[in-house]
Amino acid sequence: MTALLERETAPAEAPEPSGRGGLAGPLLKVALLGTVAGLAVWAAFPLIAERAWPGLAVLLVATAGLFYLYVGPRHIPAKYLIPGTLFLIVFQLFPVAYTAATAFTNFSDGHRGDKQEAVVAIQTASVTRVPGSAEYALTVATTGDPATGALTFLVTDPASKVVSAGTPDGLKALPAGDVTVNAAGRVTAAAGYTLLNGGQASARSQEITDLAVPTPGGAIRSQGLSRAYEGKAGRAYDGGCDCIRDTTSGRTWTADERAGAFVAADGERLAQGWRVGVGLSNFTRLVTDSAVSGPFARTLVWNLIFALASTGGTFALGLGCALALHSPRVRGRALYRTLLVLPYAMPSFAMLLVWRDMFNTDFGLINNLFGLDVDWFGGAASARIAVILVQLWLGYPYMFLVATGALQAIPAELSEASRIDGASPWQSLRRVTLPLLLVALTPLLISSFAFNFNNFNAIYLTTDGAPFPADNPANGATDLLITYTYRLAFGGSGAQYGFAAAVSIFIFVIVAVISTVSFRRTRRQEEVYS
Amino acid sequence: MRIRSGVVVAALALALAASGCSGGGDDPETPASAAPAGGKLVIWGDDKRAAALKPFAEKFGQENGVTVEVQAISKDQQTTFVTASQQGSGPDVMVGAHDWIGNLVQNGAIDPVQLTAEQQQSLAPNAVKAVTFNGQIYGVPYATENLALIRNTKLAPAAPATIEDLVAQAKKLKADKKASELLCLQVGQNGDAYHAYPLFSSAGGYLFGTTAGGDYDKNDLGIAKPESIAAFKKIQALGEKGAGALKRSITVENSIATFTAGKCAYLVSGPWAITDAKKAKIAYDISPVPGFAGAKPAQPFLGVQSFYVAAKGKNKALAQEFVTNYVTTPELAVALYQAEPRPPVLTAAYDQVKGTDPDLAKFVEAGRNAVPLPAIPEMATVWDPFGKAESAVIGGADPKTALTAAAKTISGQISQ
Repeated sequence: MTALLERETAPAEAPEPSGRGGLAGPLLKVALLGTVAGLAVWAAFPLIAERAWPGLAVLLVATAGLFYLYVGPRHIPAKYLIPGTLFLIVFQLFPVAYTAATAFTNFSDGHRGDKQEAVVAIQTASVTRVPGSAEYALTVATTGDPATGALTFLVTDPASKVVSAGTPDGLKALPAGDVTVNAAGRVTAAAGYTLLNGGQASARSQEITDLAVPTPGGAIRSQGLSRAYEGKAGRAYDGGCDCIRDTTSGRTWTADERAGAFVAADGERLAQGWRVGVGLSNFTRLVTDSAVSGPFARTLVWNLIFALASTGGTFALGLGCALALHSPRVRGRALYRTLLVLPYAMPSFAMLLVWRDMFNTDFGLINNLFGLDVDWFGGAASARIAVILVQLWLGYPYMFLVATGALQAIPAELSEASRIDGASPWQSLRRVTLPLLLVALTPLLISSFAFNFNNFNAIYLTTDGAPFPADNPANGATDLLITYTYRLAFGGSGAQYGFAAAVSIFIFVIVAVISTVSFRRTRRQEEVYS
Repeated sequence: MRIRSGVVVAALALALAASGCSGGGDDPETPASAAPAGGKLVIWGDDKRAAALKPFAEKFGQENGVTVEVQAISKDQQTTFVTASQQGSGPDVMVGAHDWIGNLVQNGAIDPVQLTAEQQQSLAPNAVKAVTFNGQIYGVPYATENLALIRNTKLAPAAPATIEDLVAQAKKLKADKKASELLCLQVGQNGDAYHAYPLFSSAGGYLFGTTAGGDYDKNDLGIAKPESIAAFKKIQALGEKGAGALKRSITVENSIATFTAGKCAYLVSGPWAITDAKKAKIAYDISPVPGFAGAKPAQPFLGVQSFYVAAKGKNKALAQEFVTNYVTTPELAVALYQAEPRPPVLTAAYDQVKGTDPDLAKFVEAGRNAVPLPAIPEMATVWDPFGKAESAVIGGADPKTALTAAAKTISGQISQ
C-alpha cells in the first residue's frame, strides 16, 4: 500500500496533477517530519548549551531513526507501532523510571541540588558586612569595550568623597581632577573609563556579582548596580579536608557523602545539603519507623473497605437505576437519565468542598435539614459513613451510564426466553442478565477499585483524614494510604520527594497485586460465559 | 524512483523545519547572537501583587534600559519558586511571606541583601527583625499583617479588655437572641495553629524557645511543657465542653461569613476580613485580641511580606538593585498598599496612607505585641500536629495527651 503511494509520488511532483491521494500523503509526511525536525532543532540548543552530549546523541539517533523509518518504504508494522511506543516511553515509562530512581535518593527540601551548589549557598549566605565599614556609592565602568572589557568598580567613600577604582587586583584611589561625582556620590564621568549604563551593566550581571575587590578586611562587592559594601565570608570550603570552615571560630563541618550534608563533630548539620543516593533507606524507613508502620495495617484495612464500598455501592446504585429505567414502560426515560447523570457533569473538585460544608455540625445543610446534631467528622464511624456517602453520590452516575449501555447490548430474547421457561424476574436477573453484564463490566469495576484505592481528593478535600485520635495527630480515622503518606512526606518537615517516591512504589505494588489477581479471575469468568 | 521520492520528502521536511526556525526570529534558540542590549529581570508574585507591581516594574525597566517581566504565580508560590530555581527557570526577584526564609535558605534559593543603616531605619523594626535569619537580612519587607479582634459595634459597642469579658458579653447577646455564636475564631476539624496562637501565648504557652542570638531554637520545643499544657487547659475551658466560644464547626470558610451575616459579634481575623465586612456594610471596630484575665497580653503572629533576591537568578545585580534600592521607595509601597490594604513597613509610606485609612493604625496597634512567625524550617512540622491538638482539646480531649502526642510527632519529624 505504502509502496503504491510512493510510486505515485513521483508523477505528482511532475507538472501533471493526476493522483490527488498521492499528493496529500507525502505532503502530510513532509509536514509531520518537518515538525519532528523542528522539534529536534528546538531541543538541541539547550542540550548543547548544557553540554549534555548523551542527551544530544539520543536526540540525534531518535530523529535520524524516525526519518529513516518514514522516508523509506519498508518496515510497515514499525510505522504503525513507533508513535504509540514513543508516547508510551515519554509519558508512562519515563515517569515510572524517574519515580523509581528518586526513591533511592534523599531528594527533599535542603537536598535538592548538587554538592557544588550547597557549597556556593553556604558561602554566599555567610558573607556579612565588615562591622563599621563604609557604604560605598558604586558605578560600574570599564577601560575597554562596554560589552567585553574588563570590569572596574568606581566606588566613592561617603565620608571623604575619595573615588577609587576597584579591580580583582585591589583598590586604587583616583585623582580628584579625573572624576565627576553627583550629589548622591556616584561617579558620572571618569577620565580613561567608560561608564556602563543600566542596560549594559545588566547584560553583564553575572560578572558584576562575581567581582570581588580585595581589601585588607575582606572584599568590596556590589549590592545592585549603585551600591557596594565591604563584606567578609564567614565560612569557606576547604578542599583539603573536604569540609566547611568557619573563618572566625575555626569550627569545621565535614562532608558526609552518605547523608549529603556537612556535619560537625558534635552532629550539628548545616541546613544546605545536597542530593545523594541513599540505597534502600527510604524503603527500610517505611517498614521500621514505628510512626509510619504502626498505623499502617489499620489504614490499609480501612482503605480496602473504602475502595470496596465506593466501588460496590456506586455499582449497586447505578445498576439499580439502570435496570429501573431499562424497562420500556417507564415514561420520560430520557429526562430521568439526563437528571441522573447530572452529578457526573459537575466538577468533583468543587462538589467535594460543597459536601464538606454540608456536613458541618452547626452550619451544615444535612444537620439543619434533618434537625440533627451529629458531629459528622468528629467521630470515626460517622466520618467514614460520610465520606462513603459522598463517593456514592459522586460515583453512581458513571456506573449508571456504563450499566445502561451494557444492558442495551444484551439481547432481549434471552430474558424473554427465561421468562417463558418460568423464571421469576429476580431469577432472570440473577442467572441471565447479571452474569452477562459482569463480563462487560468487571474490568471497569477493577479499574474503579484501583482509582478509589488511591482517591486522594475524596479524603483530602473533605475530612483531610479527620477525626484524629488525641494521641496521634499523624494518622486519622478516614485516612487512606495515599493521604496518610502525603502527610508524612509533605506535611511535616518540607517536601521529602525521595521518601514519597518510595511510598508510591509501595502503593503501586499493592494495587498492582490486587488488580492482577482480579483480572485473572475475570478471565476465567469470561471463559465460562462466552 | 523510490529513493528519489524519499529524498525529496526528507529535504522538504528539513526545509520546512528550517523555515520554521527562521520564522521565529527571537525564539529562545538564538539568545547568543541576538541578545537585547539590556537583559531581562523576571519578578514573581501572587496575582494581586503582580498586578500592582507591573507599572513600577515597567518604569524601573525604562530607567535602566532593560526588559522587566512580572509574572503572577497563583498557587503554591513557595514550592513553585524553589523547584523552578533548582531547574534554572526561576525568577530574579520573588515576592512572598517572611516565614519561607528558613526553607528558602536551606534550599539555597535566596541570597542575603545588604541594606544601609539609613534604609533599615526607614523600616518598621519588627518587620526587619522578622526577615533577619541567622544574623542576615534575607528580604526587603514591605507590608505586615497580624490578627486583631474585629467586633460588630452595633452588637458590642465597647472593646472587651479580656477574653472573659468577651465571653460574658457574647453570652448576653446570645441569650437576647441577637447573635447565635459567641465568637468567630476559626478552628475547623483539624485546628488552626495561627488563629489559636494569641490565646495560647496569653495563657503562657510557647512553641520554640529562643537562642542567645534571638533566633528561635529548634532544640527547645515548648509544646509539651507544663506551661503549654496549662495554656491548653484554659483554651479547653472556652471550648465545646466549656463556655462554647471555641468550636470546631467554625472554619476558615465560614468564620468571616458568619460575622458579616451578623450572627456573631466578635471575629478574630486579619486585614483580609475587612473587605468583606465593608461589603456587608457591617459597622465594625478593630482592637487587639484580648488575653485571659490576669495573664499575659495575647500575642498574635506577625507575618511580613517581602521581596527576595533569587540566588539562582540570571540577573542578580539588577535584582539586587531593584530589591534594595527601588522597593524601598514610598511610591511603590503605597501602590502595593492600594492593591491590598495591609500596613506598609516603610514608615514614610505608612504615614502617607494612615490618614485616609483609620483601620491601618488599629491593626498596627493590635500587632504591637505580635511576634514574628518563626521562619526556621522546623516550624513547618509544627502547624499540622499543633492544630490537631488544639481541635482535639476544644472537642474535649485531655490536653496533656494531645500535646504530648503532638510534640512526639513534631520532634520525630525535626530529627528526620
